[in-house]
Amino acid sequence: MQSVVIAKRTKLSRRDFIVGSAAVAGGGLALGMNVPFGIRPAQAQGAATEVNIWVAIKPDDTCVIRVARSEMGQGTLTGLAQLVAEELECDWNKVTTEGITPARNLASKRAWGEMGTGGSRGIRTSEDYVRRGGAAARVMLLQAAAEQWNVPAGDLAVSDGVITHAASKRSIRYGEIAAAAAKLTPPDPKSIKLKDPKSWKIAGQPLKRLDTADKLDGSKVFAIDLKLPGMLNAAIKDCPVFGGKLKSYDESKIAGMPGVKKVVRVKDTAVAVVADTWWRARKALDALPIVWDEGPNASQSSATIAGMLQDGLNASATNGDRRNGDAPKAIAEAATKIEAVYATPFLAHACMEVMNCTVKLSADRAEAWVPTQNLEASLAALSETSGIPLDKCEVHRIDLGGGFGRRGGTQDFVHQAVEIAKAFPDVPVKLIWSREEDQAHDFYRPISQCKLSAGLDAGGNLVGLHVRVSGQSINAMLNPKGILDGKDMRQLQGYSATPGDAQLGYSVPNLLIEYAMRNTHVPVGPWRGVNTNQNGVYMECFMDEVAKAAGKDPLEFRRALMKDFPKHLAVLNAAAEKGDWGKPLPAGVHRGIAQFMGYGSYSAATAEVSVSAQGKLKIHRMVLALNCGHAVNPGQIAAQVEGSVAYGLSATLYGEMPVENGRMTSLNFDSYEILRLAEMPKVETVVVPTYDFWGGVGEPTICVVAPAVLNAIFAATGKPVRSLPLKNVKLT
Amino acid sequence: MAKLNINGTVRDVAVEPDTPLLWVIREHVGLTGTKYGCGVAQCGACSVHINDEVQRSCSIAVGDVKPTDMIVTIEGLWVGSSHPVQKAWAAVDVPQCGYCQSGQIMAAAALLKKTPRPTDGDIDAAMTNICRCGTYQRIRQAVHLAADAGTTGRRAQGG
Ligand code: FES
Ligand code: FES
Repeated sequence: MQSVVIAKRTKLSRRDFIVGSAAVAGGGLALGMNVPFGIRPAQAQGAATEVNIWVAIKPDDTCVIRVARSEMGQGTLTGLAQLVAEELECDWNKVTTEGITPARNLASKRAWGEMGTGGSRGIRTSEDYVRRGGAAARVMLLQAAAEQWNVPAGDLAVSDGVITHAASKRSIRYGEIAAAAAKLTPPDPKSIKLKDPKSWKIAGQPLKRLDTADKLDGSKVFAIDLKLPGMLNAAIKDCPVFGGKLKSYDESKIAGMPGVKKVVRVKDTAVAVVADTWWRARKALDALPIVWDEGPNASQSSATIAGMLQDGLNASATNGDRRNGDAPKAIAEAATKIEAVYATPFLAHACMEVMNCTVKLSADRAEAWVPTQNLEASLAALSETSGIPLDKCEVHRIDLGGGFGRRGGTQDFVHQAVEIAKAFPDVPVKLIWSREEDQAHDFYRPISQCKLSAGLDAGGNLVGLHVRVSGQSINAMLNPKGILDGKDMRQLQGYSATPGDAQLGYSVPNLLIEYAMRNTHVPVGPWRGVNTNQNGVYMECFMDEVAKAAGKDPLEFRRALMKDFPKHLAVLNAAAEKGDWGKPLPAGVHRGIAQFMGYGSYSAATAEVSVSAQGKLKIHRMVLALNCGHAVNPGQIAAQVEGSVAYGLSATLYGEMPVENGRMTSLNFDSYEILRLAEMPKVETVVVPTYDFWGGVGEPTICVVAPAVLNAIFAATGKPVRSLPLKNVKLT
Repeated sequence: MAKLNINGTVRDVAVEPDTPLLWVIREHVGLTGTKYGCGVAQCGACSVHINDEVQRSCSIAVGDVKPTDMIVTIEGLWVGSSHPVQKAWAAVDVPQCGYCQSGQIMAAAALLKKTPRPTDGDIDAAMTNICRCGTYQRIRQAVHLAADAGTTGRRAQGG
């Protein structure tokens, strides 16, 4: 009758986390840490025994798997649990998860490793130690059973959390033996042999996410939803011109407005109104007369910034390059020369849940509840701005309503919330940004332009390629140490000569790729896919222009340059094959193709589009191929690929943050348009893991989305699209 | 002061009449499943049903809501959270971060009530909520699945 059911297991929620933690503390095992959460009261069920730091088991066989990374929708929580469960050999239907807080990690000398969740690292940089954690727990459980039965551990078998001794026909469940196992000396994790992925039963499967149930009935508590006793709410405005300051405000004009408690100056750039409810705080803030000292940046605009970038396209000095042969000479002497200038704009992240942070400060304790991609960075920000020592600070874990790179490195919202909370000792204060504030004070995807020139010999072979990127540097803004001797190779992401993170998949006899740093007054930061987005568009769209000049099929032209890059080529071929490259299309429909690398994974895509006589674009179908090395959950990989298409297409079709009078002007979704369901093409995901490396999943595929679509448009109209977004480009 | 019927319960809330219904629901009534995304009727995160119509509660002043208006939030959609839409959402594993999903589910439930067997075109027209995680493909799939289940259910009841 009903073809669908909600899995019972997914009902396990945050409450179980608390039970697990409290039980650990109460049981006096290895980590006697108190892990308060403060949202819902703990309900005692059965105490869990900690077998090791990654695994605790309850008498009813529930396996509580610990997770240190943040969950923002990308599915890392489920993937990490699968990896632990795989080695643990437990019953997947009895798995639940528990999040580690940064104070707990710190107090345990960072036993759970790094907590930062960005750069598509959630699984690929923790897979080894979490799998060893699961395996070590299994070894201990088996050993405990062996000792209890007085038989060699090697004679035991285990499956779905039940240990059996075939000879004596005895069996015991994990829940029954966990307490004994916890008393044993753990094996050296390095001595453990991990499973061959070919024998995976839990990992590698397209299992449902563990964290779905409370997203369906409104019961999931995001940080913005937090309710704490006595809590106040704050709304904030920072100087709209980046680099400007707060001069003054006239508090008397909002005196007596309902619910208002206080107006707080936040550092020297912002002002917040604190009230009983957020709506009242916001309304009063909107009514508050504020005078800004906008400073010299108020004269900056999209036009002045474009001028800076154009200068960088032609300047003599650069900030990093890679070269082989002599590209300028080869191009000058070539039979055919092709040249083009491309441009991509600033972009806002526009996480669905706006920036927010709740802070409670007492004389000797600081607590924050914040959606963050880096719990330890939030903890550090809390301590730094409050002046309360790290070991007296705690950041409570709450899943994020989207991250996309916005909520990691900067922690600006934490610093602000702490400043505001200082005015209200012992009272929790929740700072929520309006959508307008969120758009006005992002760390945007950096703006850049790119000049590309290529030379073809008489046979249409590529003999020289010169790429000059001019644009803003993320490292200059957030990580100056990443710039060595004035060189910032991160801005050339995707063009690397060496294998690893983001290697260019083409051999060109004469190649010169250069970066000219041109930093604007606008703050920039990582944005899902980071610089592979822009660099992917530049390289892959230009490849199609060059292929056309050579009179060659875009796929064949690429293949000829990719002989030295078998992994790149295999993924391109997978996309071409599943995308029916070369096969007939309905009248008016055209195909494009692209490949690029980022975050240690190889991506390629085909797109099928039509452009009407009036220039209206329709994207019908996209096929994306991904080799991320190991595929931990193909279903979640497909979800990430689909999501990257939506995020990438929003940028391709609509995304831009223009600058006028030194400030951002697209302050809500009416001007910063986002792709809607009706525009979403049919997406087919082809996962082709080779199981000889670990690559990322959340970010890699986004960099081929725009170029595949733009190349399909090029095929349809014969005119290359060289600047984004498409809403500003006439396709007729 | 406003008198509101939310999820079948009538309550008085002490609030200024120009307060958006969204913030009354979230901050005064304490139901936080209904989300703030934009405040300007663009994203649909704040979607609720008012007299069976899906509405963006961020752009409705509470003073304009009548005591007889039947407001339903995600929390009151279905007893036991087993509305065919919720079941379909679970079966297809729709949510990523989940933040937009209350609104998406409310929009889908309203669509199916009016149009039990929606075409792709009907879904395109009705499902205009923003999802930044990009779950649109699965939303479309899940709406169709819920439609199938709903039809089967009615038949089973003998109609
Ligand atoms: S919050 Fe109401 S439509 Fe966005
Ligand atoms: S699931 Fe994250 S915004 Fe829709």
